[in-house]
Amino acid sequence: MQTSPSAETPTEAPATAGFPLVSQGEGAKIAARDVNVFYGDKQALRNIALDIKANEVTSFIGPSGCGKSTFLRCLNRMNDIIDGCRVTGTINLDEEDIYHRRIDVVQLRARIGMVFQKPNPFPKSIYENVAYGPRIHGLARNKTDLDEIVHTSLERAGLLGEVKDRMDQPGTGLSGGQQQRLCIARAIAVNPEVILMDEPCSALDPIATAKIEELIDELRQNYTIVIVTHSMQQAARVSQRTAFFHLGNLVECNDTEQIFTNPQHKLTQGYITGRFG
Amino acid sequence: MATVDETMDTRSAQAARAAQAGRSQIAETVNAGLGRRYRSERRFRAYGILAIVLALGMLATLFVTIIGKGYTAFWQHSLSLEVALPADVIDPQGTRDPAVLANANYLALVRDALQAQFPEVDSRQERRSLFAMLSDSAPYDLQDAVLDNPDAIGGTIKVRLSLDDDFDMLAKGHMDADLPEASRRLNDNQVQWFQALEQRGMVEAHFNTALFTNGDSRQAESAGILGAVVGSLFVVAVTLALSFPIGVATAVYLEEFAPKNRFTDLIEVNINNLAAVPSIVFGLLGLAVFLQFFGLPRSAPLVGGLVLTLMTLPTIIIASRAALKSVPPSIREAALGLGASKLQMILHHVLPLAMPGMLTGTIIGMAQALGESAPLLMIGMVAFVVDIPNGPLDPATVLPVQIFLWADSPERAFVERTSAAIMVLLAFLIFMNAAAVWLRKRFERRW
Repeated sequence: MQTSPSAETPTEAPATAGFPLVSQGEGAKIAARDVNVFYGDKQALRNIALDIKANEVTSFIGPSGCGKSTFLRCLNRMNDIIDGCRVTGTINLDEEDIYHRRIDVVQLRARIGMVFQKPNPFPKSIYENVAYGPRIHGLARNKTDLDEIVHTSLERAGLLGEVKDRMDQPGTGLSGGQQQRLCIARAIAVNPEVILMDEPCSALDPIATAKIEELIDELRQNYTIVIVTHSMQQAARVSQRTAFFHLGNLVECNDTEQIFTNPQHKLTQGYITGRFG
Repeated sequence: MATVDETMDTRSAQAARAAQAGRSQIAETVNAGLGRRYRSERRFRAYGILAIVLALGMLATLFVTIIGKGYTAFWQHSLSLEVALPADVIDPQGTRDPAVLANANYLALVRDALQAQFPEVDSRQERRSLFAMLSDSAPYDLQDAVLDNPDAIGGTIKVRLSLDDDFDMLAKGHMDADLPEASRRLNDNQVQWFQALEQRGMVEAHFNTALFTNGDSRQAESAGILGAVVGSLFVVAVTLALSFPIGVATAVYLEEFAPKNRFTDLIEVNINNLAAVPSIVFGLLGLAVFLQFFGLPRSAPLVGGLVLTLMTLPTIIIASRAALKSVPPSIREAALGLGASKLQMILHHVLPLAMPGMLTGTIIGMAQALGESAPLLMIGMVAFVVDIPNGPLDPATVLPVQIFLWADSPERAFVERTSAAIMVLLAFLIFMNAAAVWLRKRFERRW
């Protein structure tokens, strides 16, 4: 179902809208060039240029307030809903500028799913939580289809076994880790191309965290995943590429192994060895 | 080297001692202030308890006064008389046609029946004060009885005849028969006759159905609140039908869609100010706009509802906006992140979560509207209306205005009816507030 064009308009149409300005690297799913973000007069991100490859986990690390979450929210235009937030530059998803006027945010967000820091299931049943996305986008033709989607999504999120007997119970009644996996199931029910995760484990205990990390690794087969994390161990464990942000700048982006064993930049080295942050 | 160590040692020992002394100093200071802190806490609690006791005391006084004054209005006395029904007076042709039966001279019949109880009363003046015992509606009581039971014509029928309100007061003990004759509303003869009837067992008490089935009346014994209750229901229905959708739509637009700029700020300030405007001003507005300009009928519940809509809208808008604001942003983000459009986010997630708050605000607004009288005075709903209104365009009055009108009447019987009407109004308000609490509990969802 194509919804009416959202009231949210692009905060600023970039001058180069519509043209892939910079050639994308091989296999890059998302390519960001010259991205600047302003909250009012304050600049939160400066000239970010970053490629995110398909079927890989890319993690964003950096001290608090460095802009990694802001950049993540640029990728599905969640910053549009923040008053006074302005984004310039280009972000291409499959060589298409997502800030272009032709791009509908509703469609964009169906293609780029998001999992938030705090588990935020809807105050509805577990089934309804997962079925909501397919339902509003009209992805299921009938009830059987919808049941199928809900079951596969829950299964992929590794939650089906735990909840299959209580699909009509409220999603808010689950434990924190289960809630977060429910949110992941809800996101993948729409079958997005990219999943953005904003510190998905920061509110969870180590066991729940381990489960989510395992899940992220499995999901990598089918989805491109971008994860913001405060835990460098987590970044090292789950991601193939890591980007280090500092004070609104992208300091370094490289293979995770490179970043953690042989950082090119002094700031990166300082951060990963715990000298600041 | 050793000496250095020793000095170091002494120094650190000194520092430790100093720290110890400092700590005990702090403990003393804290101790010294503790009593004062606890005293002020106890004092504060005492003020709070005092305030609650005062409020409860006033509430209790209010209820005791109103119920004490008004409970007697729920029953009424009437005169049970054997009335002769001569066929030549009621139905000379013997057709039993209801139209004929309705036109007979029942006044003479009930008077004769009463006269029969006191054959010694014969002077014109005495007869008049005897007949004052019967209410103006007594002939209609007989007429109803005859129409219900035409077979009794030619014989006698036992009928319950309405008593005049002064005699009802006498029966209820609200009139002191020991007072000098000049300072009470009934003369000595009337009191004696009535007491004689009471001794003969002809005065009966029964539930005052007239209070709930009649409209207003000049005769206290037949005055009822049904007209005012129906008027109030029409007014509240119109108010609810208009103010809930308009209020919710306004709140949703202002909270979710409107750009934040000077103009919307101005609107917000004005809505907040409107909530504090004296209600009579809305009445004047209604008079000028709805009656003068649009020419809508005077005293109509429709206009009353329109005026009260203007009055309750700010309350509903403010409550609804607060309810919308309290929906956690994480739920909004979750919906938007899944690709819900803004309207879908609002309809599917935000409104259901905000609904309990909106409903509570609306019901409080309705309770306010139900208890409002001042603006309705301005649009003519203060008129003396006997008929029960059949629709929102019929002239009507509302409960608070009815109370106001009755409170103006000097008769003792209206005093108790005023209190009875207040009790009914309070019952409605308590019911509405209970509904608000229930709705909130019913729709509340945890997240």
